[in-house]
Amino acid sequence: MDFNDTAEEAAFRADVRRFLEVNAKRKSATETAHRGRYIPDANLAESLARAKEWQAKKADAGFAAITWPRKWRGRGGSPIEQVIYNLEEANYAVPRGAFEIGLGMCIPTMMAYATPQQLERHVRPALRGKEVWCQLFSEPAAGSDLAGLRTRAERSGDDWIINGQKIWTSGAHFADFGIIVTRTDPGVPKHQGLTFFFLSMKSPGIEVRRIKQISGTSNFNEVFFTDVRVPDSQRLGNVGDGWKVSLTTLMNERLAVGDAPGPDFDDIFALARSLELDEGPAIRNPAVREKLADWYVKTVGLKYTKFRTMTALSRGQTPGPEASITKLVSASKLQEIASYGIDLMGMTGAVMDGEIAPMEAWFQEALLYAPGLRIAGGSDEILRNIIAERVLGLPGDIRPDKDVPFRDLKSGKR
Amino acid sequence: MNFDFSNDLKMLREQARKFLAGRCSRQVVRKVFEGGAGYDAELWAEIARMGWLGTAVPEPYGGSGVGYDGLCLLAEELGYVLAPVPFSSSIYLAAEAIMIAGSEAQKQKLLPPMIDGSRIGTVALAEGMGNPSPEHIKAKVASGHLTGTKMPVPDGEIAHFAVVAARDEADDIGVYVVELSGKGVARTRLKGIDPARNQAKIVFDGAPAERLEGARGYAIIDELIDRAAILTAFEQVGGAQACLDMAKAYAVDRYAFGRPIAAFQAIKHKLADVYVAIELARSNAYYGAWAITAGAAELPVAGAAARVAATDAFHLASKENIQTHGGIGFTWEAGCHFYYRSKLLAVSIGSAPYWKDRLIAALERRNAP
Repeated sequence: MDFNDTAEEAAFRADVRRFLEVNAKRKSATETAHRGRYIPDANLAESLARAKEWQAKKADAGFAAITWPRKWRGRGGSPIEQVIYNLEEANYAVPRGAFEIGLGMCIPTMMAYATPQQLERHVRPALRGKEVWCQLFSEPAAGSDLAGLRTRAERSGDDWIINGQKIWTSGAHFADFGIIVTRTDPGVPKHQGLTFFFLSMKSPGIEVRRIKQISGTSNFNEVFFTDVRVPDSQRLGNVGDGWKVSLTTLMNERLAVGDAPGPDFDDIFALARSLELDEGPAIRNPAVREKLADWYVKTVGLKYTKFRTMTALSRGQTPGPEASITKLVSASKLQEIASYGIDLMGMTGAVMDGEIAPMEAWFQEALLYAPGLRIAGGSDEILRNIIAERVLGLPGDIRPDKDVPFRDLKSGKR
Repeated sequence: MNFDFSNDLKMLREQARKFLAGRCSRQVVRKVFEGGAGYDAELWAEIARMGWLGTAVPEPYGGSGVGYDGLCLLAEELGYVLAPVPFSSSIYLAAEAIMIAGSEAQKQKLLPPMIDGSRIGTVALAEGMGNPSPEHIKAKVASGHLTGTKMPVPDGEIAHFAVVAARDEADDIGVYVVELSGKGVARTRLKGIDPARNQAKIVFDGAPAERLEGARGYAIIDELIDRAAILTAFEQVGGAQACLDMAKAYAVDRYAFGRPIAAFQAIKHKLADVYVAIELARSNAYYGAWAITAGAAELPVAGAAARVAATDAFHLASKENIQTHGGIGFTWEAGCHFYYRSKLLAVSIGSAPYWKDRLIAALERRNAP
């Protein structure tokens, strides 16, 4: 066992560091590690412009899509190189949150199903950050059960007419293009009647509305479709094969989802050491120590599990389902740490004023956004099902809707 | 990045797995469990012949010098089958104590017969309720003779000798080798949670004691239990994995409400949580294997983290294995309880709350402000 890079990995890391050192600003010691996951709402236009500028630099240096083939201006590199790049970039204050979905999910789906001409037109602008993509999957009545979606696409000559509603669409308010899965045949069981398209978010009939989350911020949108016309040439995959195409996208999502951003063991450990309560420093309390130990073990457990993944990647093997573990464990852990951090502050814990609450109210802020992390990108329950079925090989759930035409399925009021 | 065991070691693990699967079935465990012999002497001799006992012991002392990483993998396999042999007492504890605290001459004298299996050692640390600490050690040695009571001593009834933590005339802590069949030693078997793991109360009344001369002070105990924590963690991870495998096999084959119970989310999600706990424990144990093999300064942190994670994972896996089996799991016959009773592993070198506190203390030292 050793934790060092191979010679090639070390050379790559040195390239990355050179690039970052010249082109980006290193994070200060006090800068909380994970802030800036979304493009901030304040000065949206300016933030977005900065993100696009950074993306172009990254792309021109060959770091924007490390594992993509050179043909598409990727680096033709290995997954381990992508991991190394991500780790290094995390040390720098660079804009994040505009292109992850497009480059991580939408364009890879395009690469699998679009025509060469379409790829010629769309890949490079996406890679350089000129055009932003979003993913139009979830619906009010189709979350974990995505295949239950209701947005209709109906054939009209060479076009399709889309009507319906999508929800939880990150970045739809500044996206140029989107990928969308729709229902084209309600007369067959739900998975069989879907068809997949890409479309311009500037198409007439699309209305984007921001969603105000429990945290008070707005990172997601509702997107309404009223007679939106999409040419058949923008269909990805065959009519009725939309589910298969969606799985390509979702497979890429599982690879993209990682640690829950927010206060982690180091932060609550630092908080417990710095808080002087009447009965002494919080860290001296045995109950606090026991909790801290549990979180430490989970935190490094995930870190070393990632080392195992990296070892597999480094040998050119396909890693196992570790990504499911990471999100499942880290989202709940974040919620617990945020809540307990506030408990440690005692009666003042409920104050969210950044001047009063330690670490600029990071724990309070995290408490309010943590519930979203346990739901987005595969809820805790779905992740447990994935682990049970794909890792442990246990049987699938009972599916009473399996052989029933979609239009005959029962539905509730929500 | 290479956070994995070498191919040679994986081959060693594969061989061990095959051997134990054939030789150490649950019937073998049950026989020791119900028979009261304390251990399977034949299995012990076979394991010794294969050289497993000396895996981490250098060649000059009769070992193979393969290394701690090899010993970790064997521990995992032994834990998987609950091998009823005094491996942990004699190897993780007694042999390690001698390696840490023995003089050159003492290592040469004491280790070879342990490694060929002819002599079994143990460590006598506990003196009743409580966790390891300098204050806990009250046994006294005066003019080479030990007086005091140790309880419980793991494998205390079957061991030939014990490495005993005691205080000298100057009240300094040291470790002493004491023959357990000799004069001034009275052993009684204790009734344990796990009848497959022997435990004894040993009263020393002027028993001849030879001090291990290579090291002094309580630091010996600290280092000893840090290392044992990692080796035990592998044994616990192995046991936890066996519980998950048992639960899975049962759930897939047991039908209720017209389906295998493994198809119900109440069972699926439970077993997914067990899987996650085991993987986190395994990763912590791997890091421990690296720390003990490399002799890293991280050992106290790595050892405590490995122990905390593995103890929790094993307890979770063993109790949920019984739960998944339902009423059958509660029967003597089903054998789920063999794993559940392995609580001894969770307390033998200090219980979970103690190790959690120890982990935070080690982190406070490492990250001193």
